[in-house]
Amino acid sequence: MPERVHEITLTVNGTVRRVAVPGRRLLSDCLRHDLGLTGTHVGCEHGVCGCCTVLLDGEPVRSCLTFAVTADGHEITTVEGLADGERMSPVQRAFAECHGLQCGFCTPGFLCTVTALLRENPAPTDEEVLEGISGNLCRCTGYQNIIKAVHRAAELTAEES
Amino acid sequence: MTRTGSGSATPVRAPRDIAAPGTGGVGDSPLRPDGTLKVKGEFAYSSDLWIDGMLWGATLRSPHPRAKIVSIDVSAALAHPGVSAVLTHEDVPGRKHFGLDHTWDQPVLAAGEVRHQGEPIALVAADHPETARRAMEKIRIEYEVLEPLTDARRAAFDPAYPQVQPRGNLARHQPVRVGDVEAAKARAEVVVSGEYRVGIQDQAFLGPESGLAVPAEDGGVDLYVATQWMHNDLKQIAPCLGLPEEKIRMTLSGVGGAFGGREDLSMQIHAAMLALHTGRPVKIVYNRYESFFGHVHRHPAEMRYEYGATKDGRILYADVEILLDGGAYTSATMNVVGNAASLGVGPYVIPNIKIDAYGVYTNNPPCGAMRGFGAVQACFAYESMMDKLAEACGLDPVTVRQVNAASQGSELATGQVIWAPLPMAEMLRQARELPMPPPLDASDIRNLPGGASQTTHGEGVRRGVGYGVGLKNICFSEGYDDYSTARVRLEVIGGEAVALVHTAAAEVGQGLVTLEAQIARTELGVERVVIHPADNQVGDAGSSSASRQSYMTGGAVMTACQAVREGVFALAAARLDRPLDTLGDLSLVGGKVVSESAGVLAAIEDVLGDAVIEETREYHHEPTTGMDPVTGRGDSHTQLALCVHRAVVDVDVELGLVKVVELAAVQDVGKILNRLSLEGQIHGGTAQGLGLAVMEEIVVSDGKVRNPSFTDYLIPTILDMPPMRLEILENADPRAPYGLRGAGEPPTLSSTPAIVAAIRDATGLALTRVPVRPEHITGSS
Ligand code: FES
Ligand code: FES
Repeated sequence: MPERVHEITLTVNGTVRRVAVPGRRLLSDCLRHDLGLTGTHVGCEHGVCGCCTVLLDGEPVRSCLTFAVTADGHEITTVEGLADGERMSPVQRAFAECHGLQCGFCTPGFLCTVTALLRENPAPTDEEVLEGISGNLCRCTGYQNIIKAVHRAAELTAEES
Repeated sequence: MTRTGSGSATPVRAPRDIAAPGTGGVGDSPLRPDGTLKVKGEFAYSSDLWIDGMLWGATLRSPHPRAKIVSIDVSAALAHPGVSAVLTHEDVPGRKHFGLDHTWDQPVLAAGEVRHQGEPIALVAADHPETARRAMEKIRIEYEVLEPLTDARRAAFDPAYPQVQPRGNLARHQPVRVGDVEAAKARAEVVVSGEYRVGIQDQAFLGPESGLAVPAEDGGVDLYVATQWMHNDLKQIAPCLGLPEEKIRMTLSGVGGAFGGREDLSMQIHAAMLALHTGRPVKIVYNRYESFFGHVHRHPAEMRYEYGATKDGRILYADVEILLDGGAYTSATMNVVGNAASLGVGPYVIPNIKIDAYGVYTNNPPCGAMRGFGAVQACFAYESMMDKLAEACGLDPVTVRQVNAASQGSELATGQVIWAPLPMAEMLRQARELPMPPPLDASDIRNLPGGASQTTHGEGVRRGVGYGVGLKNICFSEGYDDYSTARVRLEVIGGEAVALVHTAAAEVGQGLVTLEAQIARTELGVERVVIHPADNQVGDAGSSSASRQSYMTGGAVMTACQAVREGVFALAAARLDRPLDTLGDLSLVGGKVVSESAGVLAAIEDVLGDAVIEETREYHHEPTTGMDPVTGRGDSHTQLALCVHRAVVDVDVELGLVKVVELAAVQDVGKILNRLSLEGQIHGGTAQGLGLAVMEEIVVSDGKVRNPSFTDYLIPTILDMPPMRLEILENADPRAPYGLRGAGEPPTLSSTPAIVAAIRDATGLALTRVPVRPEHITGSS
């Protein structure tokens, strides 16, 4: 029996996208496979690693724990949508500049989480940074340069606003 | 779809040239050239490859660690709508077995018998990953389940224990014999002994195994994979597919971390088989659960150590047994045993040594390469022994290590003379003198062990300090002809000289692409460098393991650039119409050909004109020898690298919770090629050692993995990893390019014993196994 599909409308990185998905299609698979946005990574598919973090109406969510249909009518920002045209966002630039990545597989998730964190709290303390990103795993960096990158991103954002 | 020379289609988001513009030679810290793609979400990881019309592969794996396969019925799966192929061992076109080394004992797909949980049995290709998975469930396999053989000790020593596989149960026994241990036992004033265990650690790279196979019109296949060693993959893949190597074109896709876990094949042959069978591109992506079965892990170890010493702490003898469980197939076990044996007592001078290192086959999870590779397990034991000895002699842990420390000119256990500087005693002094972190501020519960979930006010918290020293061999050892190849091309593009660097070396996150560009800039005096995707259209680069790529591929890029440079000089002489030997000492600096005597001769662009200079060079390190099978003697290592850690921990002795407060590292890297990258390697290596110390273990019972998920296999988060303090020394190794030493692994060795020593210091407990769990501290287990 063919699976029932649902027509949904998502605003992804500012563009309205219509897509037909089965009820149990994960948002991560919908983004990666149906919409071709492979910048959102899947590291565990059970909500632990944070690689798949995207912004749903500005709030970080794990796209591997979200059904695509529940995002119907909402705005989604993925790593591909963080830059302002050609200009990378302060968070993106800070991660590149501070060597906050090695293999880079965790990076899109961190970038989305940190983007939301700094919007809520533009000048976080060390403790606030740790807490803010403790839901994202990185296996390569030992986190030291990620912490630096978050502070640097806060600095860049302040300088540019 | 575009067509390539082989007549196959190219996927969208295929790996592409990476531009490395700007400045930054050897010793500078330019940014990663792939960093921009990675922060923009545009870097093509192996899981991101896409090609129209592709199928999805899935792998049926054994639920049993040991069973006979009575029958396999694929008919229902094949009839499932959307399924294009279901393959078993009968469909393997060529050799049925592969393997990292000469033993070739691992079946492509199990035939007749399965020897570990998760062993691949059948493959499905379907139009959607879900379809493939559902069809897979329809494959009917009748098993005769057997009692798994899981006792590594019996596998090693009990001839009556049933055989796991036809090779017998002992993969390798490597002894090391120095002096006369029995005679030394009579003279010892102090004797200490211990039994230590290391659990199974997983590489837990975040990007699971994945890749794409595209059938080509010439009957071959194009493989886009995430691997550590393309050419060794190829050597195994080609015979199994029954194809000549030229018909398999391999391209490295984005690698989401490796740490040893991608040294063995995973989905490569499987995807290629499905693609050749169906005539369609096939992509395979493992999920996290499957990834735990899709690669080998770090060998668990059981180790028995006895040291005798004088009253003042000078070690007279070491009597050591190291037992490593490799699981069902050989993988890297042979070399892991070699490392454990040759580095079994670490960087200490001991006149009488008896080491027996064993690697065995069992039906436990297969084990192979992981960062530190055999040296990690031994390091936990010998460093624990040093602390024990310190206590028995009334010395502090730093002094006892200094008293016995090896240095330049001393001999390793194998008799190999340490030819390069090894300032271990000094490094220990530096580690001790680093400022200490402030005392615990218990007023903020987040500072306590357990953090926000703490239920006390910290009444039971004790602080401890511990040290660890680790010695790691860099590059391949034991007589292996280890080399790398680089092709470098220099030409003028858009009015500017551009160096194109092409190797088969795998960038796995460590920053090799950054380094290649730095070396090209330094050697060729240009700014613009382009890094070509790694593929097998250039010679073997060896593996991105054993901390060897800076040395080996760095060396290859350096020598290829030097050859190109000679070409530029010859061209300059021709253009100036003067004999080369009249131009004096030449160099390429700042885009110019410069003569030491006459200054700037010409811009590189003017010299080159339309000319293209391309050179390919192999770089070999100095030959090593094997280890004598009876005495272990031999100059088996190319290079040695040392890291010292000091760990500070707070332990809640009542709850058994540990908070690592700070990790300080002193490491000698020979020469800092890129400080930013290097520090990242030390941070990351240290974090993995922390994971082994207090968190990470694949829990196995009856041969079955009990925690194959990130919910149950815990790796350090940012809250587990403390701030680090680094002291980096540059005592050059005169044999190595630029004097460098490999840097990625040593910190993974030393951080584990340092942390455990600190927990012992805080608790007074013996703690003989890692990871240390709360119940080991509270005594409730
Ligand atoms: S992939 Fe979603 S949390 Fe790991
Ligand atoms: S950079 Fe590799 S997982 Fe974070």
